[in-house]
Amino acid sequence: MNRIDAAFAAAADARRLVLAPYTTVGFPTLAASLELALAYVDAGADMLEIGMPFSDPIADGPTVQAASQIALDGGVRLDDALSLIAQIRARTEIPLLLMGYANPFMRRGFGALVREAADAGADGLIVPDVLPEHAGGLEALGAELDLHVIRFAAPTTPTERLARIGEGARGFVYCVSVTGVTGSRPELAASLPAYLKRVGRAVRAPRMVGFGISTPEHLRRLRGLAEGAIVASALIDIVRANGARRGAAAAANHVRKLAAAR
Amino acid sequence: MTRPPALPDAAGYFGAYGGRYVPETLVAALDELEAAFERHHRAPAFAAELAELLTNYAGRPTPVYHARRLSQRLGGGQLYLKREDLAHTGAHKINNALGQGLLARVSGKRRVIAETGAGQHGVATATVCAMLGLDCVVYMGAEDVRRQALNVARMHTLGAEVISVTSGTQTLKDAINEALRDWVTNVETTFYLFGSATGPHPYPKIVREFQRVIGREARPQLADMCGGLPDAVVACVNGGSNAIGIFDAFIDDPGVELIGVEAGGRGPAPGDHAATLAHGAPGILHGSRSLLLQNDDGQVLGTHSVAAGLDYPGVGPEHAWLHETGRARYVAVDDAEAMRALRLLAQTEGIIAALESAHAVAHAARMAPDADPAQVILVNLSGRGDKDMETIAAHVDAGA
Repeated sequence: MNRIDAAFAAAADARRLVLAPYTTVGFPTLAASLELALAYVDAGADMLEIGMPFSDPIADGPTVQAASQIALDGGVRLDDALSLIAQIRARTEIPLLLMGYANPFMRRGFGALVREAADAGADGLIVPDVLPEHAGGLEALGAELDLHVIRFAAPTTPTERLARIGEGARGFVYCVSVTGVTGSRPELAASLPAYLKRVGRAVRAPRMVGFGISTPEHLRRLRGLAEGAIVASALIDIVRANGARRGAAAAANHVRKLAAAR
Repeated sequence: MTRPPALPDAAGYFGAYGGRYVPETLVAALDELEAAFERHHRAPAFAAELAELLTNYAGRPTPVYHARRLSQRLGGGQLYLKREDLAHTGAHKINNALGQGLLARVSGKRRVIAETGAGQHGVATATVCAMLGLDCVVYMGAEDVRRQALNVARMHTLGAEVISVTSGTQTLKDAINEALRDWVTNVETTFYLFGSATGPHPYPKIVREFQRVIGREARPQLADMCGGLPDAVVACVNGGSNAIGIFDAFIDDPGVELIGVEAGGRGPAPGDHAATLAHGAPGILHGSRSLLLQNDDGQVLGTHSVAAGLDYPGVGPEHAWLHETGRARYVAVDDAEAMRALRLLAQTEGIIAALESAHAVAHAARMAPDADPAQVILVNLSGRGDKDMETIAAHVDAGA
C-alpha cells in the first residue's frame, strides 16, 4: 500500500486529520532544510511536502517566493531535492511528496523524474501547473511505480469538473482553500465549509486543504470538513522570524501545536 | 495544396507547443474566456463595434509606405513599412487591447489587469479601459518602469494604476508572474487582458485573431502598390504578437519568406540576449509549452535587450511551431545593430521607430543589398520610438 493511503487510513481510524508540513529544499540552507524536515517528523507530522524551488512560482505568495529565491541563490538543484528525500526516507516511514512546477521536471524528463523520485523514496508528486488533462502520461508513469500524482481542486472548479478530477484522483485531492496564492492568513475563508462539502460530494478521495492554513484553530475548524491539511507559509515565516539557529526549533514547536489540534 | 487542420487544436496546441499549464483556480476563467471569445468575436454586433473602433478610434487602416530613400541607400530590394507606429497609442498593441476590452465588457468584468514590458501594451490597455469605463491595473517590472518612464506617465494620465514589480529580474517575466497571481486571487471579478501571443490557451489564439488585421490590411495594400505579394515579411519577435499579426495573412503563400527577428542583446552568452528561438529549449512558462531560455536544471534565465519590449525569455507557441516546421525563419539582431538601423531609418525617411521595431528594420537592411531591385521586403514597423527617446538620446550622446 502506498504510504499516503496508509496515512489516511490510520488518521481515519484515529478520527483525526493528516498534518503535512511543507518545506522548501535549500531553505534556509540545504543542510537546514533536512534538519527542518526531520524536526517536523519528530513534532508529529503525518506527511511531508518537499518543495523544489522554481524561478517563477506563479501560484505562490511572497513567503514561498522569498524562500524559493533564497534556495536558488544558494545554488539548489533538482538533484538536491531528490537526495533530500532519500535522506529523509532513511529516517522515517511517513509519506513524502515532491512538489515542484512543471518546467524543472520537464527539463529532467517527466519519465526520469518519476523514476528518480520513486527511487528516492517519494510516495507522491505535486505539480501545481499541470492539470489532469495534461497529466495523462505522468499519471500513468506514476501508477506503474506506485507514485501518486496529486490532483487539485479550487473554489472556482465547477462541480462537473470536480467529479472528473475525483474519478482519476490518487492519494488525495489537494483542495486550494481560497481563490488566491499561497500565504499565511489569519482567518479561513467563510465559504470554505460549503466548498469542502461540495468537493466531498463529488470526490471520493481524501481532501487535503492547503493555502493559508496556519494555526491550530484552523485545524480544529477543518475537522469533519476535510481529511487533512498542508501548512507551508506559516512555518517558513516562523523560520525567517527566528533566524537560522532558533528557527527550526520554533517551527517544530508550531508543528507540535498543530499536531495536537489535528 | 491541402490546408492543414486549423491550429491551435481544441486543446490549444500548435504541434507540440501551446496548451494550458496553469493552476486549477484559473481553469474555469479560461474556459469562460474561450467560450466568450468563440461566441462573440465573429458575431455581427461585436465585429461591427470592433471594426468601427479600429477605424474611428485607432485610426486604421494604417498605411503601407514605400521607403524609397532607405531602399536606395541600401542598394537592392525595396523596403515597404506597415505603419503600425501610426496607430493610436503608437503601436500595434491597440488592436488586441480593443478586441479583448470589448470581450471584458461582454463578460461583465469591471476590473482589467494587464502586464507590460515596454509599456505599449499597458498604455493600450489603459487607453481602452478609459474609453470603455473599466478599472485598469497594469503590472510592470521595476527595471522597465525606470527605462520606460514616459509610458508610466501616460498610463497614470489615463487613470490606470501601475504596480512596479520588484521580484525576480524586474522585467516582463516578473510582471506576468504578478499579474497571474492577481488573476488567481481576483479571478471572479477580473479580466486579464493579455498582450502577447503567449500564455495559456486560448490567449495565443485570441491575440492572433485581434492582431491579424495587420496582415489582412497589408496584403491588399501592398498588392495595390507593387502588383503582388512581398518576397519576404520581416517582424520583430519576443512573445510575437505583431509578428503573428502580419505573418498570418501570408502563411499559406509558400513563396513569401517569413522572418522573425529576436533580440540579440549584448551577445549570445546566457543572460545577455532574449533570442529564445535561437538558444531556447522546450519548456513551460506562464501557461504554455514553448521554447524557453533556461539553464540545464530548468530554471528560467535572465535576459537582456536594449528594447524593453523584447526582453522576455519565452516566445509564443505558434512561433515555436513555425520555427520547428521551417515555415518561418528566425534570426537575431543585437543592441548596436538595432540602434544603427533606428538612426538609418530616422535619417533617410524621417521615421523614428520603436527600439523593438528597429530590430526588424535592421534585419531588412541586412537583406536588402543582396536582393534584386524588384524584390519587395515588407517590414512590420510595429511601434514608434517616442517612448525610447531617453535611451536613444543616451546612445547618440555617447557617440554610439
